[in-house]
Amino acid sequence: MSMSSVESPVGAHGGRRAPGFSALLRVELLLALRKRADIANPLLFFVTALALLPLGVGPEPALLARLAPGMIWVMALLATLLSQESLFRGDFEDGSLEQLTLSPQPLYFAVLAKSTVHWLVTGLPLALLSPLLGLMLNLPAAGYLCLLLSLLLGTASLSLIGAVGAALTVALRRPGLLLALIVMPLYVPVLIFGTGAVQAAIDGYAFGPQLAILAAMLAAAAALAPLAAAGAIRICLDN
Amino acid sequence: MPATPEPQYLLQVRDLSCQRDGRRLFAGLSFTLAAGGALQIEGANGAGKTTLLRTLIGSAGDFAGEILWDGRPLPESLPQFRESLLYIGHRAGVRGGLTPLENLTWYGAGRAAAMQALEQVDLFGFEDSLCQNLSAGQNRRVALARLFLPDAPRLWILDEPLAALDAAGVAALQGQMGVHLRRGGALLFTSHQAVALAGLQRIALAGFAVDEWAESAGGEHVFG
Repeated sequence: MSMSSVESPVGAHGGRRAPGFSALLRVELLLALRKRADIANPLLFFVTALALLPLGVGPEPALLARLAPGMIWVMALLATLLSQESLFRGDFEDGSLEQLTLSPQPLYFAVLAKSTVHWLVTGLPLALLSPLLGLMLNLPAAGYLCLLLSLLLGTASLSLIGAVGAALTVALRRPGLLLALIVMPLYVPVLIFGTGAVQAAIDGYAFGPQLAILAAMLAAAAALAPLAAAGAIRICLDN
Repeated sequence: MPATPEPQYLLQVRDLSCQRDGRRLFAGLSFTLAAGGALQIEGANGAGKTTLLRTLIGSAGDFAGEILWDGRPLPESLPQFRESLLYIGHRAGVRGGLTPLENLTWYGAGRAAAMQALEQVDLFGFEDSLCQNLSAGQNRRVALARLFLPDAPRLWILDEPLAALDAAGVAALQGQMGVHLRRGGALLFTSHQAVALAGLQRIALAGFAVDEWAESAGGEHVFG
C-alpha cells in the first residue's frame, strides 16, 4: 500500500476533523498487512491443529467425517480467540488509542473498523481455508458450501464479540485467560448455530434457518459490540 | 451555577479537585488561560500533573469543580473543545507500524506540510522508516512534529513535551511554542525544566496538595 492510502483528516478551520470510517479502515488494514506474522499465527494454528487430529483419533474416514464440522468450527473459534488478544494492545501502549478517544468522532467507528480488519485478516482466511481442511477430514460433500458460509458469517461475529473482551482487558499485561473467560460464553451461541448448520447440510436438511440466525447474530454484534467495546476502552483509559 | 461567561478566556478552571485511586491529589485549583497565554504546571512526581491534564481533556471523570471552554462548561462543550485540542500525552500516539510521514498524515497533514514539519524536528531522511525502528527520542520528535503542522489546533495540552529531547530539539520546540502563542493559540504543559517563553505563567501543584491525614475520614466520599 502506498502513502496516499493514509487519508488526511484535517478540517477547514484548523481544527482536527475526525478521520472518516474509510480512513480508519485503511490505516488499520495497512498496519495489519505490515504485521504478517500476526496474520499467519492463527492460520497456522488452525491448520496444524486440524492436521494433528487424524493422528490423535485415528485415520478412520467415517469417524473423521463425523468429527469434521465440529472440529473445524472449534478450531476456527480458538484461532480467532488467539489473535484477539492483541487487537487494542499496540494502540493502547503507543497512546494512539487515547488519541482516538479524543477524536470528535464516536469511538464506535474506530472499534468497528478494527473488528472489520481483524475479520479480514483472520476470519476471512480461516473461512477460505476451511474447504481444504474439510477435504482433509473427509467432510461429506453436502457440507462444504454451508461450512464456508457459516464460517464467513460466524467468524465476523466472533471478531466483533472478541473486541469487547479485548477492550475490557486492554490495560492488563497478560490478559490471555481472563479474555478467554469473558469471551468464551459469548462465543458459544455462534458455535452452536455454526456447527448446527453444517450438520444439517450434511444430513440433507435445510440449513437456511441456521445461517439466518448466524446473520442475525452478526447484525446484533455489529450494532452492539463496538458500543460495549468503546465504553470499556474509555473506562480502561480513565485509570 | 455557572457564573457569567468571560469569553476572552479560552479555558477556565474553577475550584478543581482531582483524585486518583481514591486518593485526592489536589483541591481548590483555579486558573484561566486566554488566547496567547501559556501555562506551565509544575509539581513533584505523583503530584497529579498528568491526572490534571487528563481531567482537562475529558479522559478522567473523577473530578469536582468547573472546567469551562469558551465560556461553556466542559461536559457540554466537549465536542467543540476536542475539535480545537491537540493533546500529546506521556504515550505519544505515534504508531510503530507506520512511518513518521504516515503518522503525521493520519493526524491531519498534507504530504508537503508533513515533510516540512519533519524537517523542522530534524527527522528529514527518516520519513519512510517505520517508527518502531526509530529511537525513543526520535519517536518523541514524530509526536511533536504535529505541533509544526501549519494548521495546528488552538489549544495545546502537552505532557512533558521536553522529555527525551536534546538541546537543539528543546530550542526548536520553544521556538514553535512562541509561534503558536503569537498566532493566538493557548498552551498548557507540564515540565520539570525551565522553559523560556514570554508571558509564561506557572502553577505549582504542591500549593494545592491535599494532606489526606489532616482531612476527615470522609474525604473519599467527596466525589460520590
